[in-house]
Amino acid sequence: MVIMNNPNFAEDRQKGLIEISGLNKWFGSFHVLRDITLSVTRGEKIVICGPSGSGKSTLIRCINYLEEHQEGQIVVDGIELKGDLKNIEAVRKEVGMVFQSFNLFPHLSVLENCTLAPIWVRNTPKADAENLAMQLLEKVKIPEQANKYPGQLSGGQQQRVAIARSLCMKPKIMLFDEPTSALDPEMIKEVLDVMVDLAESGMTMLVVTHEMGFASQVADKVVFMDEGQIIESNTPTEFFEKPQSERTKLFLSQILSH
Amino acid sequence: MNSTFQNNTKKKRIAPRAPPIGSTGAIGWLRQNLFSNIFNSLLTLICIYGLILIIPAGIDWVFLSSQFTGDNRFACQNTGACWAWIDQRTGQFLFGFYPEQERWRPFLAFLLLIPALAPWLFDRVPAQKYLRIFSVVYPVIATILLVGGFGLPNVASDKFGGFMLNLIVGLSGIVLSLPVGVLLALGRRSRLPLVKWVCIGFIEIVRGVPLITLLFVSNILLPIFLPPDATLDSVVRVIIMVTAFASAYMAEVIRGGLQAIPSGQYEAAKAMGLNYFQSMRLVILPQALRISIPGIVNTFIGLFKDTTLVIVIGLFDILGIANAMVANPDWLGLSTETYVFVASFFFVICFSMSRYSMWLERRLGTKGSTGWSS
Ligand SMILES: Nc1ncnc2c1ncn2[C@@H]1O[C@H](COP(=O)(O)OP(=O)(O)OP(=O)(O)O)[C@@H](O)[C@H]1O
Ligand SMILES: [Mg+2]
Repeated sequence: MVIMNNPNFAEDRQKGLIEISGLNKWFGSFHVLRDITLSVTRGEKIVICGPSGSGKSTLIRCINYLEEHQEGQIVVDGIELKGDLKNIEAVRKEVGMVFQSFNLFPHLSVLENCTLAPIWVRNTPKADAENLAMQLLEKVKIPEQANKYPGQLSGGQQQRVAIARSLCMKPKIMLFDEPTSALDPEMIKEVLDVMVDLAESGMTMLVVTHEMGFASQVADKVVFMDEGQIIESNTPTEFFEKPQSERTKLFLSQILSH
Repeated sequence: MNSTFQNNTKKKRIAPRAPPIGSTGAIGWLRQNLFSNIFNSLLTLICIYGLILIIPAGIDWVFLSSQFTGDNRFACQNTGACWAWIDQRTGQFLFGFYPEQERWRPFLAFLLLIPALAPWLFDRVPAQKYLRIFSVVYPVIATILLVGGFGLPNVASDKFGGFMLNLIVGLSGIVLSLPVGVLLALGRRSRLPLVKWVCIGFIEIVRGVPLITLLFVSNILLPIFLPPDATLDSVVRVIIMVTAFASAYMAEVIRGGLQAIPSGQYEAAKAMGLNYFQSMRLVILPQALRISIPGIVNTFIGLFKDTTLVIVIGLFDILGIANAMVANPDWLGLSTETYVFVASFFFVICFSMSRYSMWLERRLGTKGSTGWSS
């Protein structure tokens, strides 16, 4: 884990792209995130795993302020996330997010889905936005679907469009919330392949997933969460071969058994 | 099992055959839709019998045994309808007491309505962009034509009447109530308590009171919001009240549409950095309005028919003119003819709206939007 306790070290080195410290969040009286501290440097790939309800989604949704936290500090690319709308929108420009349920806009074509935010948020001229969108659709291997509507695509294709759509904003960070768990087995690979390519291109990524093959292939760090806490955080090799806590061992035995 | 399967794959591919006779075409359609079982066949026969009773008799009454000429009702000695008054009275039914030599003005305003509406109702209208600009200035042009100014003699609004009045109030109400309804619906879902409560208050109060009451009290109610010595024209007053009333309904229809949009759509829009207004305008409202089309058009149709209530504040719309005519000694007792005549105007407009909305739904349905993913 990155050394956070030594203040000199933290000041010296280039600050992390995401700095989360002392994060606490409640849903009503339910304490969903407890004292989360996490630092992500530029280009780092982090896989977050843990049992259902452990707060993984909530954690990454705090990073682009889809969820509001009550205590602690989240700094993304030097901007602190607080109630200030300007800051929040500035952070969202730099942070792409891919959802489990794709969330493409069904009334817009694939190309329009991709160009919407660049045109309206970044004020990119339409032609440039379309060029970039076509390049990225090519990267996710579906340029021929550009003029179709999301409802006409398979799940795997939709998720790849969703990835391209996020990339069109040229984000510095990409968040993935179980991007493959709504997909049929044969489509999981096509999405994971795209994500591996993206990781190799140097993107900073936070990925909630139970795809352990993906984790060991691309992750710099695997974070294991349970009951709103980070239980363990380690390199994939260490994490899979020498899990420290009992809960991690139990989780791994369950997830790797099938 | 395995061997049959292999056999099949080795066999020559099966060429497509025509479906069995009687499952497609006219006979197939009849069989499937009208005579699929005994109960349906019985219903079909009863309906056919009903139509045989109604349609010929109706045609006979309206056209065949009717009379179209004469100076008063005593000229009509036939068994069918007496349409002799149409000749004399159509002008009044259409324009009320609008001066006869000026009636070309509302007529022209009506004609200009077509190019003003077309670019919004249909895609690929020639010169769409220019027509849209035209439709923005159309209300000004229409007002000048109707009221006067720029060399046209003034016509007081208490001379407005007939179907022209229904159209003016109805169209203004339709065009205004949609945006007001959208704002109210968004306001009702706002997180700002003041905005939220004002919108809820407006919707619930206006919706909870009959329109006729609102029209009665409009001359007491509206001046509260005006500077002390301003007066409000009665037609404008009606337009405001009808719009307010329809907006309250519209807001609830649109709120229903907004609630049907999955939260993932809001989240995706937010996560991309779109601000509130952008995500509403570009992502949420296009989808919410699309699924609300039936309810929206329903409200429009209701609004249009409600324009006949202007009678309670002393304006003579087409129904008011009809009432006056039914009471006229020359034409006494012709209420069926008169009201059928009036009803046909409303039917044409309302039925067109209904057909348009169905066409629009079908067209938008083919343009993507086969629902949300998972
Ligand atoms: N909006 C909400 N209001 C109240 N409770 C919530 C809300 N969202 C999530 N929770 C609760 O918070 C806890 C953590 O939820 P979260 O979605 O972050 O879990 P997760 O680790 O992503 O689980 P999964 O693997 O099932 O997606 C769960 O117990 C959930 O029921
Ligand atoms: Mg989750």
